[in-house]
Amino acid sequence: MSTVAVMNGNYAAATAARLARPEVIAAYPITPQTPVVEYLTLFAAEGSLSSRMTEVESEHSAMSILSGASLAGARCYTATSSQGLALMYEPYFRASTLRLPIVMNIVNREMISPQSVWGGPQDSLTLRDAGWIQIYVEDNQEILDQTIQAFRIAEDPRVLLPINVCYDGFYLSHMTERVEVPEQAEIDAFLPPYEAKHQILDPRKPMAIDPLTSGYLVMEYRKKHMDSMAAALGVVEETDKAYAALTGRSWGGALDLYRMEDAEYAVVTLGSVTGACREMVDEKRAAGVRIGLVKVRCLRPFPKAAVAAALARVKGFGVIDRNVSFGWNTGIVYQEVRSALYESGRTLPSVPFVGGLGGEDITLGLVSKAFDEIVAAVDAGRTPQSAVWLWAPRKGVKA
Amino acid sequence: MKEIRLHGRGGMGTVKAAEIIVTAKVLEGGYGNSIPFFGFERQGAPVSSFVRLDERPIRPKTQVYTPDCVIVLDGTLRKAVDVFEGLKDGGWLILNSEPGSRVEDLDLPRSVGTVVLVDATGLALRRLGKPITNTAMLGAFVKGTGWVELSDVASKVEEFWGRENADLLGEAFEAAQVIRLR
Repeated sequence: MSTVAVMNGNYAAATAARLARPEVIAAYPITPQTPVVEYLTLFAAEGSLSSRMTEVESEHSAMSILSGASLAGARCYTATSSQGLALMYEPYFRASTLRLPIVMNIVNREMISPQSVWGGPQDSLTLRDAGWIQIYVEDNQEILDQTIQAFRIAEDPRVLLPINVCYDGFYLSHMTERVEVPEQAEIDAFLPPYEAKHQILDPRKPMAIDPLTSGYLVMEYRKKHMDSMAAALGVVEETDKAYAALTGRSWGGALDLYRMEDAEYAVVTLGSVTGACREMVDEKRAAGVRIGLVKVRCLRPFPKAAVAAALARVKGFGVIDRNVSFGWNTGIVYQEVRSALYESGRTLPSVPFVGGLGGEDITLGLVSKAFDEIVAAVDAGRTPQSAVWLWAPRKGVKA
Repeated sequence: MKEIRLHGRGGMGTVKAAEIIVTAKVLEGGYGNSIPFFGFERQGAPVSSFVRLDERPIRPKTQVYTPDCVIVLDGTLRKAVDVFEGLKDGGWLILNSEPGSRVEDLDLPRSVGTVVLVDATGLALRRLGKPITNTAMLGAFVKGTGWVELSDVASKVEEFWGRENADLLGEAFEAAQVIRLR
């Protein structure tokens, strides 16, 4: 039995963390993640959170403390955003290459400069190759459900990797909506306590961890890390099914498809813009346009076979990126999708959209315009060579 | 679906008021979401919050551009922000206004179909000793639109801020003046 509650995205993340019973939490506040830390501190003060909450002076320390705690066998949780993640980069990479199953929500915020506190997944997408699993979600229920699942995925002996569940700052972190919260007993059964077996800091069983390592062994480490990334794709799907059996909610695993069965055109999305795109798929379908939606949930590992299969029968597609890949002149997800298609040997017309940077709203009107552009470009067999910018005209700004 | 835009200033509880409307709707078995827009966070700065209410799950996580209703928690905001921007034809205006305000002196655009006037500042000052107008404005909103039940709003107001605010809510509901312009 679950409880129906009303909460913002940050509260959903904190609630999921509490239900997962991490033994150690270390987090440093940064907008828009700050309320996650406040809620967890409140839970600890109320006595409803059993975790050890560690006060830290920076994100670098937060991840370093969790790395030590994870090595000692603790289930670990933290959350951060943008500049905090940037400051954490050094222990961030080390946590994944040490194979520490730490769970971290990233409350996506634009990277500066110019100074911005608003949403955009540039922060985590830029770190997509640092060895963490990264999953992106579209609403508050999915934040809660996926954050709970993250512990099980990360700690699976076939995976043993840290994981980020990423959600858009403000559009989700500060958005309030209905969320179903599972019972503690249900989650306890879903998430048995973490038992570290691969490496343990224990004075009774001394073990040297992370000594200076020659290139030959580094290569072995990287190969095994990559293998476990590949295994993680299957574990993400399995975990989604197990969670659906428990709660009735499946989020689709690595990808979620909407009205793709007979689609001639597709839009590929990531994060909170997905909801507006679903709405617009229905509108365009009602007007006779056979368009469908592919939501990328798992960005690392990238479900390349599933993406190629999802797009196997469309005439062309567009990708809405709320981020940029400097030098490619498109967004990041666009490049990922195109690479996946290259492996399948298909060349399709495609449109790289960039919009919603720095918390700019990707309105239904802009989504509609993007869909029309996908249809026009695909019908003409045209692939723009650089991003099509989704933005509303504004006085004094040259579009 | 009903869309609402709230205009307030940092410190007035604009965002919390929006959340209470959503919570009341969910308590009644419906769906809702609210998204705040802070701009630069500081006391006194203009704040907006966007609310959607429906009988089925709400997918767009975007701001509201064509509200059915605007709630203005501080009348002086009309000098700084176009509070009527995008208001649907025949829409609702819930306005914090000075006692004795006359609708013909308010210089309203033609889109407004129903005005609800309440001296939220005065009521809040008398009961709470501070000009925090969100509770009183919720009372006026419920009276004018009926989109959520007063009792559900009251139970949440009491849970968050206590008995005094719940009483203020009821008082504002009684005092609010609903004027249909067409």
